[in-house]
Amino acid sequence: MLSEKYEVARDDYANAGRVSSQVKQYLSSLGVSSDVLRRIAVACYEAEINMIIHAWGGAINLNVTDDGVIQLIFKDVGPGITDLEKALTPGWSTASEEARSFGFGAGMGLVNIKRVSDEFDIVSSEEGTTLTIGFKVS
Amino acid sequence: MKVLDIIKILNAKPLYVKDEDFYNVDFNRAFASDLMSDVLALIKKEFEETLLLTGLCNAQSLRTAEMLDLKCLIYVRGKELDQDTLELAKEMDIAIFTTNCTMYEACGRLYQKGLSSIDVV
Repeated sequence: MLSEKYEVARDDYANAGRVSSQVKQYLSSLGVSSDVLRRIAVACYEAEINMIIHAWGGAINLNVTDDGVIQLIFKDVGPGITDLEKALTPGWSTASEEARSFGFGAGMGLVNIKRVSDEFDIVSSEEGTTLTIGFKVS
Repeated sequence: MKVLDIIKILNAKPLYVKDEDFYNVDFNRAFASDLMSDVLALIKKEFEETLLLTGLCNAQSLRTAEMLDLKCLIYVRGKELDQDTLELAKEMDIAIFTTNCTMYEACGRLYQKGLSSIDVV
């Protein structure tokens, strides 16, 4: 299994998307097909943006298993999602004006992530949120 | 519709184009939005043939294009990129144009000349 780890800093709007770009390039170098790669990139980018605009930063772990699953784990350090059901409703958003000025806060982030991923799991408490998504590549 | 025709219709000017051959590239569809999650949600196929029009003139519009493999962005309302963001566009090799048209007018002009919308399913 191959594993990579990336850090995401709180409110680091200037670099938002840089990790997703690195993930996309890394997986491209492993020969992942463009259709799967695009789905991973969309999910990773939305989740990275969420960590920056909603959470207090955290880490992204990328695992490529021997049986052809690409797994991304986004673990932030809080403050957690108070109502997961609402957060998964298209159009529902708690994004700040600053986040909206960057083009986000449409209330489609988690919805998009769930739509493009093959596996989706999210656990949240005041200590933080852990989002795990998986993609089958073979 | 060729890039050359698109920029004539919009009276657009290039901010970054790698080489002159790009003006002969065809784009069959366009999508317009300032909300990047909508772009990420709605553009589902024919990525390399889809043109993105936006008023969101920052690195996030470029990152969104990068994730979707879009090759060309047009900024409306006369917006231009700062130097750092322009460098990012060059690094990603995404062609960038700007037009003084509003979003409404830019879309109207292109649609009237036959550039289709994307299919939303």
